[in-house]
Amino acid sequence: MARAVSMRRKLTMTVLVWVVALIMFFPILYTIITSLKTEGEAAAGFSMLPSFTFESYALVLDQQDYFRPFFNSVIISIGSTVLALLISIPAAWAMAFTPTPRTRDVLMWMLSTKMMPAAGVLVPMYLIFLNTGLLDTLLGLTIILTLVNLPIVVWMLYTYFKEIPVDILEAARMDGATLPKELVYVLLPMAVPGIASTLLLNVILAWNEAFWTLRLSTTNAAPLTAFIASFSSPQGQFLAKLSAASVLAILPILLLGWFSQKQLVRGLTFGAVK
Amino acid sequence: MATRQTHRLARLMMTPSVAALLLWMLVPLALTIWFSFQRYRLTNPAISGFAGFSNFSFFVTDPAFWPAILNTLLIAGGVLVLTAGLGIGLALMLDQPIFGQGIVRILMISPFFVMPPVAAVIWKHELMNPTWGVFASVSRFFGMEPVNWLGSFPLLSIILIVAWQWLPFATLILLTAMQSLSEEQKEAAEMDGANVFRRFWYIILPHLARAITVVILIQTIYLLGVYAEIQITTGGGPGFASTNLPFLIYNVGVLGGNIGAGAAGGLVAVVLANVVAIFLMRAVGRNLDA
Amino acid sequence: MGSITLEHVNKTFGGHQVIPDVSLEIKDGEFVVFVGPSGCGKSTLLRLIAGLEDTTGGHIKLDGVDVTDKGPAHRGLAMVFQSYALYPHMTVRQNIGFPLKMANMDKAAAEQKVNDAARVLNLTDYLDRKPRMLSGGQRQRVAIGRAIVRQPKAFLFDEPLSNLDAALRVNMRIEITELHQQLKTTMVYVTHDQVEAMTMADRIVVLNAGRVEQFGTPLELYKAPANKFVAGFIGSPKMNFFEGAAAGKYQAASVGVRPEHIRISRDAGDWQGRVGVAEHLGSDTFLHVHVEGAGLQTVRTEGENSFNPGDEVWLTPDPARIYRFDGAGLAL
Ligand SMILES: Nc1ncnc2c1ncn2[C@@H]1O[C@H](COP(=O)(O)OP(=O)(O)OP(=O)(O)O)[C@@H](O)[C@H]1O
Ligand SMILES: [Mg+2]
Repeated sequence: MARAVSMRRKLTMTVLVWVVALIMFFPILYTIITSLKTEGEAAAGFSMLPSFTFESYALVLDQQDYFRPFFNSVIISIGSTVLALLISIPAAWAMAFTPTPRTRDVLMWMLSTKMMPAAGVLVPMYLIFLNTGLLDTLLGLTIILTLVNLPIVVWMLYTYFKEIPVDILEAARMDGATLPKELVYVLLPMAVPGIASTLLLNVILAWNEAFWTLRLSTTNAAPLTAFIASFSSPQGQFLAKLSAASVLAILPILLLGWFSQKQLVRGLTFGAVK
Repeated sequence: MATRQTHRLARLMMTPSVAALLLWMLVPLALTIWFSFQRYRLTNPAISGFAGFSNFSFFVTDPAFWPAILNTLLIAGGVLVLTAGLGIGLALMLDQPIFGQGIVRILMISPFFVMPPVAAVIWKHELMNPTWGVFASVSRFFGMEPVNWLGSFPLLSIILIVAWQWLPFATLILLTAMQSLSEEQKEAAEMDGANVFRRFWYIILPHLARAITVVILIQTIYLLGVYAEIQITTGGGPGFASTNLPFLIYNVGVLGGNIGAGAAGGLVAVVLANVVAIFLMRAVGRNLDA
Repeated sequence: MGSITLEHVNKTFGGHQVIPDVSLEIKDGEFVVFVGPSGCGKSTLLRLIAGLEDTTGGHIKLDGVDVTDKGPAHRGLAMVFQSYALYPHMTVRQNIGFPLKMANMDKAAAEQKVNDAARVLNLTDYLDRKPRMLSGGQRQRVAIGRAIVRQPKAFLFDEPLSNLDAALRVNMRIEITELHQQLKTTMVYVTHDQVEAMTMADRIVVLNAGRVEQFGTPLELYKAPANKFVAGFIGSPKMNFFEGAAAGKYQAASVGVRPEHIRISRDAGDWQGRVGVAEHLGSDTFLHVHVEGAGLQTVRTEGENSFNPGDEVWLTPDPARIYRFDGAGLAL
């Protein structure tokens, strides 16, 4: 009896949750569908049945260089993430394991640097980039994205490290481990899930960053955000083509997100769970 | 001594991050302050020199100024309310045993992977377009006039788009927090005779306080700076109906070529961000105490 | 070799003085137990010896060499933590071998030592498991194994048994004692369980609020407690105390009698009272007696006796076993 009730409940919940999930996913799904339509079909209004043509993709790839912005995106998002991790891991270690009364303030200050509106400091940054030759370079974008995401990376690692019992690090010290060895042999292996999750989130954030990447790049270093922005202007009328370009811009990170969903979610707590 | 050495080392290890962020904060800020007191036109190099507070008065008397402040707060507030509220609902649903949990999760989380310009393009052209958009088709199906979303409700439309992008993030964090609530605690509440609503109100919601704080904190950081979505969908219009502060600053400073006024606007935005930050820390920061 | 000397060691945590001033001399090969109530600074003192905390003042010497300024990695001590602190990502083999790896020991020799330690600790079958697949007792043994492979100058234990169930605790207690007899290495052992302290220690340090109340062999502490605190802390059940008139008879501010040194009778005696609760342990029975003018007192009697709750009884202390204390609580 109870089983039957809980079964019915499970079925009801399943239907409900699936409906909500499909609504959430619908905009992406519909874009994929539209990208497989002809322009005529796309302009004809709502339809979930495309003719499965890839002509829009062919057109997009023909007119625009896709691979260059794609690789630019890959380089700057991975580069900035690795850089951010390299300087955040020691900082997060210090904050998590040798806390001082000011640690929380430092952390909050770091986060507050992210509250500074990018638009407000665009001009000075633009001028600095112009004068240092960083404008429209991969290096320049990598540096900017590193700085932009650094507070989030530090915070994520910090919350993750804090869950590691300090006893274990002390045991390593008693066992004769010096600090570098303690980090390499004990802390990092234990923090792998947290670091993986931080890395994934940061790659996603960097990939999708759409202010600095748009403003500080023109052609050479332009990543996929710029690629899609160039479509959203007058060509917007060509719905199928626009959809194809959209899919091309988000597909890599969507696939990465799907495949690494478990790892990503595992560390995505920001210390929200005690 | 031993641990004192460790502490010194710890300070050393924090130096790169702290220094990088300090530079990243101070240099642009100092330059912005400098520019905000200068006459500086991109279009006319002849105009230069000390400007006093004229850039500030120029910026704050812009007819779009107050609407922009209001819109900035409305976008952040609206998205926060929507994502936190719906996020709790979705997390409650995802916490139940269902079939196909893995796929559902992947579907739910997907909007978070979509870059803002693409999200804007999708919503503008595929969904909200009054002629061929999906919403228009739905309206017509029910025999109603299609709504021109971006034209008639620009701010609401933008809030919806941004909320769609951030809902997965909120849901995931809230869900993880919810799953950390021990089964025993829920059962104890059930034994105590608490009904579903009371259990939610007295057990689950307090347990989520920390997670909600985190969601609010992190999202606010991003929401105060919403830019690409506005530029692509409404261009800030109609009128100033969907102009927020970052957008206005860009318009005045870069597009309008008045660097000084843009910088003054930048400082206004910094002040606003700090006011919001202080307000947030007061309101929710204590939940973060370790 | 492993003598440990503390000279006027003190420790302050952010203005809060936890250890005011401790001087101790622990001899090579000794098994010394720190006991005291929760929060009295046992762990802090142990961690000071380990080097995990810095002293605020004073000196710590190992074998006569001042190590106050040396880090934990360089003191040559081994520690077993209450939480075991095993490395979760390493197998038992790697856990035990870790100190040897840190000491850059030759692989084959290290392997040999790990195997030896595993054999001694009955861990041979578990060498390739991760700690999470072990029981509490096995984890504890791995932690001990990790401590012994390096042949430290001394072992430090911080309440190593408190996460184990009662039966296992007794077993491990014996195992650690045997280990000490075998290795003859200095051991410093922190516990708040005075039974552990009495059964394991060569000498016991009784701590209270960061001060050493007494340092001596278990029997010394039992027979000649230096003050009221030690008298009350050592011995189970606790010593009974009388104040006021009952104490005045012995020319002391207060007197103490252990429950095992009180005779109980139905007809006559020094103090009259009424039996409250009777705790039957089988071999013994503890009677809690309400004594007029002196409150609740505990008496230890043989397991099978005829006293029932509510009975009127008389208590008589063994006059040779009465402890007298002055107004400051010091033994007279
Ligand atoms: N890192 C620290 N910072 C501040 N105070 C501390 C710190 N470590 C310990 N204390 C304080 O020092 C006192 C002694 O603590 P300690 O851990 O040594 O007690 P203990 O005797 O081991 O107690 P227990 O039996 O509960 O383990 C306590 O009051 C504690 O609050
Ligand atoms: Mg302790």
